Amino acid sequence: MEKHSGKKVNNGIAIGKILFYSKSKDKIETKKVENPEQELARYEVAKEKAIMQLGALYEKACKEVGQENAQIFDVHSMLLEDEDYNDSIHQMIMEEKFNAEYAVAQTGENFSRIFSEMEDDYFNARSADIKDVSQRIITVLKGYEDEEIIGKEAVIVVADDLAPSETVQMDKSKLLAFVTKYGSTNSHTAILARTMGIPALVSTPINEDCNGLMGIVDGYEGIFIINPDQETLEAYKEKQEQDSQEKELLEGLKGKEDITLSGQKINLYANIGNVDDLKSVLENDAKGIGLFRSEFLYLEKDTFPTEEEQFNIYKQVAEKMKDKKVIIRTLDIGADKQVDYLNLGHEDNPAMGYRAIRICLTQTDIFKTQLRAIFRASIYGNLSIMYPMITSVSEVRKIKEIVEEIKEELTAEQLPFVDVEQGIMIETPAAVMISDLLAQEVDFFSVGTNDLTQYTLAIDRQNAKLDCFYDAHHEAILRMLKLIVDNAHKAGIWAGICGELGADTSLTRTFLEMGFDELSVSPAKILPIRKIIRETK
Amino acid sequence: MKTFTYKITDEQGIHARPAGMLIKEAKKYQSKIIVSADEKEAEATKLIGIMSMGIKCGTEITVTIEGEDEELAVTNMQSFFKQYL
Repeated sequence: MEKHSGKKVNNGIAIGKILFYSKSKDKIETKKVENPEQELARYEVAKEKAIMQLGALYEKACKEVGQENAQIFDVHSMLLEDEDYNDSIHQMIMEEKFNAEYAVAQTGENFSRIFSEMEDDYFNARSADIKDVSQRIITVLKGYEDEEIIGKEAVIVVADDLAPSETVQMDKSKLLAFVTKYGSTNSHTAILARTMGIPALVSTPINEDCNGLMGIVDGYEGIFIINPDQETLEAYKEKQEQDSQEKELLEGLKGKEDITLSGQKINLYANIGNVDDLKSVLENDAKGIGLFRSEFLYLEKDTFPTEEEQFNIYKQVAEKMKDKKVIIRTLDIGADKQVDYLNLGHEDNPAMGYRAIRICLTQTDIFKTQLRAIFRASIYGNLSIMYPMITSVSEVRKIKEIVEEIKEELTAEQLPFVDVEQGIMIETPAAVMISDLLAQEVDFFSVGTNDLTQYTLAIDRQNAKLDCFYDAHHEAILRMLKLIVDNAHKAGIWAGICGELGADTSLTRTFLEMGFDELSVSPAKILPIRKIIRETK
Repeated sequence: MKTFTYKITDEQGIHARPAGMLIKEAKKYQSKIIVSADEKEAEATKLIGIMSMGIKCGTEITVTIEGEDEELAVTNMQSFFKQYL
C-alpha cells in the first residue's frame, strides 16, 4: 500500500482501477496494418490537415512578423509535400504495411538524420524542422483516430497533467476521479472535476508505475492510496456508503424553491460545459443555466464549429431546458484554454493576452457565426447571451453594433429570432470600477470570480506555487462584489455570480445579504447550496 | 538540354527559405531541372534533396534543364538565381 498527499480540488470518495494517461505524443505504436490503402488514405488526410494548419500559421505570422519571417511555415508545408519524404512514407505503409504514425515518425527520423549529420550548424538545425512537421502529422493522426482514452471499465485517471482538450475527450460515465502530478486547484481540470462532482487531486507526487493497480481517491482529506490493504479498502467502502447517504438526504430538496426563511428568493442556476452536462443539470434540479461555456464546442474539434453545428447544440439545450433561462457565454478561448486551429501562438502573458471578447472583436467572422447560431436558436427556448472579459463601455457598444448587424442579416434572410437578454461578465477590475456605466448598457451582470480574483490579487491561476497566496475570500473581492451588485440594482438590472466563488457554501449567506439575484454553480453544488439558502433566515 | 553554372553569393547558401522559393520556381516548368555541385545532385523540385546538398556561399553549382520548355526555364532559372541566391 502506498499513500500520497495531494491538493484537494473536489471532495468525494472514489475506489477503482487506476489508468495512467500519458500524452499521446510520447508513445508511437508500431503495428502492421491489414489494409494499407486505407492507412495511406489516413496519412493523406492528416497531411492535408497539417498543411492547412501551417497555412493558417503562415497567414498569422505574415501579419505579425512580416512575410519574410513567415516563410518558414511555407517551407514546413513544402517539406510535407516533398516527394522523397512522401515516397518513403508510401513505401513504409504500402510495402512494409506499417501504420501511418510509425511510417511518419520513422521517415521523419531518417530525414532529420541527413541534416543532423551535415557539417554545418545551419543545416544541422534543419533536422528539427523535419521532426517538427512529422510530429504535426502524427498529432493530427492521433487526433483523427479519436481513440477512447478510457476503456470499458470505470477508472481513476492519473496523469502528469491534463489539458482541457484532453479532459473533454474522456467518457465521463467511466471517470471515477482525477489525480494529477502538476496543475493547480484552479485549473480547468479542477473545474471540470467539480462540474462532474467527482473527487480530484492535483500536485500529487505520482508516477506511471501505478497504472492498472487498485486505487482510492479521498477528496476530503486529499489522499491518494495505491494498492490499499483489505482493512483500508473496507474502511473507505464504508465512507463511500455514508457519502451517498448524505447525497440521498439532499435528494429531498429537489423540486423545492430557492428561498430563505424570511422569503428572499434567489435564482440558483448551473454552469455547464457541454450538452452532456444537461443530464446532471436536470438531475440536480437547477432552475436554469447561468453559464453555458460555449468554448467546449471549439475545444472538442479540429476546425471551427460551423453555424449549423452551433445552432443545433444551442437549439438542443434551449429545447431541453424549456422555459428555463439558458445563458450562453460567447467564445472564451485563450489563456489556459487553447485550440490549435486558432493558431493563437505563444504569448508571454496569456491571461492578459489575446483572448475571449478580444478575439471576437478582432476576428469578427468567428463572433458573427456564433451570434447568428444563438439568435437562430432563440426561438426554441429562453436564451440569453453573455460576453466575457469586458473592460470598457466601448467594447460593449461595439458588440451591440455587431449584434444589430446580425439581426438585420437574419431579418433579410427571413430567419426567425427573438430578442434575447444580453449581459456581460464582470471579471476585470476595470469592469468593476465602471460597473455603474456598464449597467446602463446591458441587461445583467454575472461576476466571473476566478479571473476577477486573479487580476485583482495579481495571482496566476495556473501557478500552483501561488495557491498559498490565493485568498478567494480576500476583502478586496468581497468589496468589489458589493459594489457590482449595488451598481446593477441602481440601474435596474440583475446581478449574479458564475465563478467558482459562487459555489463556496461558506459565503452563500454573504451573497444573499449583498443582494445577489442569481448564483450559478456546478450542477453537483445545486442541492447543497439550496439546503443553505432554505436554512437562512 | 540546357546547362548553366552559377556561383552562390547568398551568405547563408541555399538555406530553407530560398530553397523553398527555388522549388516553387522549378515546379513551374515541365522540364526536369537538376542542380549539381561537389559530386552531389538533386532535382530542383525536391526540397529535402536540395537542402541536404548543403550548398554554401561561394559554391559553384551546375543547373541542367531538359524538357519541352527548357528554353523558357533556363532564362527564368538564371534570373532566379541571380536575384535570390
